[in-house]
Amino acid sequence: MNAILRLDDVHTDIGQYHILHGVSLDVPEGGVHVLLGRNGAGKTTTLRTIMGLWRARRGTIIFRERVITAMRTPDISRLGIAYVPENMGIFGGLTIEENMRLATANGSFDKGRLDRVMALFPAMEKFWGKQAYALSGGQKQMLAISRAIIEKRDVILIDEPTKGLAPSIIRAMIDAFRDIARDTTILLVEQNFLFAKALGSTVAVIDDGRIVHRGGMAELAADTALQTRLLSLSLEAH
Amino acid sequence: MKALSANIERFGGVYLLPVALAVIAFVLIAQPSTWVTLTVAGLAMGMMIFLMASGLSLIFGLMDVLNFGHSAFVSFGAFVAASVLAAMASWVHGESAALNLLALMLAIAAATALGAALGWFFERVIVKPVYKDHLRQILITMGALIVAEQLILAIWGGVPIPVPRPRVLEGSVVIGNVAIETYRIFAFVLGALVYAALHLVLNRTRVGLLIRAGVENREMVEALGFRIDRLFIAVFMAGSALAAMGGAMWAGYQSLITPALGAELMILVFIVVIIGGLGSIEGSLLGAIMVGLVANYVAFLFPKMALASNMILMMAILLWRPFGLKPAVKG
Repeated sequence: MNAILRLDDVHTDIGQYHILHGVSLDVPEGGVHVLLGRNGAGKTTTLRTIMGLWRARRGTIIFRERVITAMRTPDISRLGIAYVPENMGIFGGLTIEENMRLATANGSFDKGRLDRVMALFPAMEKFWGKQAYALSGGQKQMLAISRAIIEKRDVILIDEPTKGLAPSIIRAMIDAFRDIARDTTILLVEQNFLFAKALGSTVAVIDDGRIVHRGGMAELAADTALQTRLLSLSLEAH
Repeated sequence: MKALSANIERFGGVYLLPVALAVIAFVLIAQPSTWVTLTVAGLAMGMMIFLMASGLSLIFGLMDVLNFGHSAFVSFGAFVAASVLAAMASWVHGESAALNLLALMLAIAAATALGAALGWFFERVIVKPVYKDHLRQILITMGALIVAEQLILAIWGGVPIPVPRPRVLEGSVVIGNVAIETYRIFAFVLGALVYAALHLVLNRTRVGLLIRAGVENREMVEALGFRIDRLFIAVFMAGSALAAMGGAMWAGYQSLITPALGAELMILVFIVVIIGGLGSIEGSLLGAIMVGLVANYVAFLFPKMALASNMILMMAILLWRPFGLKPAVKG
């Protein structure tokens, strides 16, 4: 399968700390691909390095055959990579409409895509003119994802979207992500293994800044011993 | 307490504060004509400080830059306006009201344009190398302020310079037994027009939307595909231009200016930015009006407390609302 996004021996430092120790990762085109790992393993750093928010000290990041390692964040975004950070990056003082309008290329909405967003997340239509700070945590996450898909993007990087969300919202997210993944590649960082298992086609596990496992999600989901070894997971925990 | 807060919000929230202040002052002053004069003076002063503070607030909020050199633009604006007015003395003192106003407008325009140009230079040469480093920002911008004051001293000298006021704006408008200085009315109207223009730009244009978003989360604006560094230059230039415009207006208001004018006003400007809420134009306006009213009312009622009054106002507001009256960033 062709990789739409490729990381090759990427090293990233944050201040004096060496966080990524040579991450190599291929993200195939289409579907949901999951990056799993415990807290502090380097998941968020990997996404931020791809987006150019933190600079790779060494290594190469390639998107659609183009080296993007040294590119500025806005230029990477304009190539067709959207980013949904862990804190969602919502502009609380702006309305839902303004938040989404900012994510459009020229300030106007494509009706087809807007209708699709509204169908996926009806709350966006309901609160369209309201300031985003007043939304609940789940609604803010929906807005963050809506903003990422309001324009056609090739890849969406999503950082722990289920954090702090109620199970009913998580179920709605699973349906939404399946729909989005029909025409967009999703690189999903998660700690919620059930959520990751329900969506992922491939999985990579990162630990201490290195990829320690790659393969199909189905194989990892079926191998409890491997889960326990890689993620310190146990079935009782789920 | 919650019910009281809810009721205050229902009837206008923090926008009620200047009204409440004016009502309390009305009771304490007990002379309607004096109260009107002081209120108009406070509003005019507030509007001029708003011009100086609004840009600083946006620079603070969007760029996270502690620009202690902001007052240099105020001083340069004042001195450039004074020079232009002096050079156009025949228009300034002539019989034609149109020429009077044209001379003032040219003086304000020259000050504003110079403020924008100096702002560009200041951002590119002095501020850009110290982004994300507050300590160095404070040191380098304070250093730049001292250099700017010395430049003014070298160009215009240390002797206070008289600023000619256009003939049409001299004197007062008398309504009943209340006399209101014409220049104060002009200052208020100009400030209100600038506020309206800023409000429209920030709320009705894509650039304004980007600025408001950038004040909240610069990184996310970049992740959405926008070059925030270009926005930084534009905002810094606009903020410096507004400061120079405020300085030009203040020069006409004071009639006599010294190189220390900017530095003297800076305390009030910082108070306005802090109590208004970083990055908030509405907050800057509200804070500036509060500061203007308090300065005038207290100077009349308790002259010995004049200097401390706005500090007390700032402390009281920060104890009540630690992020200011109308913070731009919402949780």
